[in-house]
Amino acid sequence: MEDFFLTISLVLGFFVLLCLYRVVRGPGVFNRMIGGSVIGTKTMVILALMGFLYKRVDMFVDICLVYALLNFIATLAAAKYFQRKGAK
Amino acid sequence: MSVLAVVFILSGTFFFFTATVGFLRFPDFYSRMHATGKSDTLGALLSLIGLALYNGFSLVSIKVLFIVLFIFITSPTATHAILRAAFDSEVTPWTKDGKIVREAGEEKTG
Repeated sequence: MEDFFLTISLVLGFFVLLCLYRVVRGPGVFNRMIGGSVIGTKTMVILALMGFLYKRVDMFVDICLVYALLNFIATLAAAKYFQRKGAK
Repeated sequence: MSVLAVVFILSGTFFFFTATVGFLRFPDFYSRMHATGKSDTLGALLSLIGLALYNGFSLVSIKVLFIVLFIFITSPTATHAILRAAFDSEVTPWTKDGKIVREAGEEKTG
C-alpha cells in the first residue's frame, strides 16, 4: 500500500509541475491566480498521502487542514485585491 | 475496505488529471475556470474520502472528513470570487469568431 501512495504522490507532483507552466506563462494575473489555487488543492492531497507514507497521519492531517484554510484565505484576498477595472 | 479506498483515490487522481488537462488546453480564462473549479474540487473530495476509508474509524478520519466538508464549501466560493473579480476587471470571454458576447459590467438583457 505504501508503493501505491508513493506512486499517487509522484503523479500528483507531476500534475503540479504541469500546472506550473500555466502559472509561469499564462496571460494575465487571473490565470496565475487559478494556478495557485489548483496547486494548493493538489498539495493538500499530497500532504495527506505523505502522512500515510511516514505513518504520522495525526500530525500531517492538521497541517493539511491549516493548508486548506490558508489556501482559501489567500485566494479570497488576492481576488479582492485584483478586483478593479483594467487589471487583466 | 482497502480495495474501495484504492478505487476512490484512483478516481480522484483521474479528476485531477482532467482538471490539469483542461487548465492547460482550454482557450481562455473562463473555460479554464470551468475545468478546474469543478474537477479539482471533486478530485480532492474523492481522494480524501478514499484516505479516510483506508484509515478506518478514528479521530484522524473524522478530521479528514471535516477537511472534505471544508473543501466542499470553500472551493466553489473561491472559484466564484476569482470569477467575479475577473468579470469586474473586464476580462472578455472567448468566442469562436472573435465577436464580443456582451460587455463586462453590463446587465444581461433578455
